[in-house]
Amino acid sequence: MDQLRRTFLKSAGIAGSVVIAIAAGVLKTGEALAAAINSAAFDAKKLPDAMSAAGFAGAVESSDIDLKVPEIAENGAVVDVKVTSKIPGTTSLAVFVEKNPLPTAAIFEFMPGTEPYVNIRIKMLQTSVVRVAVKAGGKNYMVNKEVKVTLGGCGG
Amino acid sequence: MADAMKMRVTLEGDVADIRVKMTHPMETGTRVDQKTKATVPAHYINQVAATLNGKTVMTAQWAGSVSKDPFLGFKVKGAKAGDKLAINAEDNLGTKFSAEETVAAK
Repeated sequence: MDQLRRTFLKSAGIAGSVVIAIAAGVLKTGEALAAAINSAAFDAKKLPDAMSAAGFAGAVESSDIDLKVPEIAENGAVVDVKVTSKIPGTTSLAVFVEKNPLPTAAIFEFMPGTEPYVNIRIKMLQTSVVRVAVKAGGKNYMVNKEVKVTLGGCGG
Repeated sequence: MADAMKMRVTLEGDVADIRVKMTHPMETGTRVDQKTKATVPAHYINQVAATLNGKTVMTAQWAGSVSKDPFLGFKVKGAKAGDKLAINAEDNLGTKFSAEETVAAK
């Protein structure tokens, strides 16, 4: 299968230049990427709006969502989030940072057979509650944990 | 030429533990460059899809608040040696990245 590779230098207002390696090839899988971005969820400035827009309104707290985040994050630019939902029938999971300017960080959809587990690293501007919401069996659940941030991580 | 995406797949029984490391600036669009004093435009991966033998197993939408050079870990059941795992990602400028790994026997 042909794979077209192009590299070009792009100056994006950053001292020096950013080299972006592009591997633009035919999608080998034939499956489309997520059809549309949930802009409403990602543009929401307040956590309750973000939750509703992302489809997690009315989430009840659940101790069956295992959320691992550091108690104290020295570097707010890279905060490790590891979450496993033990609730049967979990189909989607979202990560929010309450005090970020835009609280919605990531929304995942799991097809049947995929474990409701993700490990990602996120930016936190300041000490804040990290919330993970899951949808399981059509119902919404959530867990909240506060992460103290000593050095905020949005590049300011 | 740097690899935009590196993948590692470990098989534990029939669960494939997948770790992906992507190279991407993940600019939120709010950072001010200290030297130029200009706001750096938003440039971040906003869509990710993972497939097992061509069938989608996971999709994700990301904000610019996912960390620079994003790491993604996830797990897929029912995987076996010889299966093909692929990750396809796209950023807000429409640039596409992908990586594929064949599951090795444990």
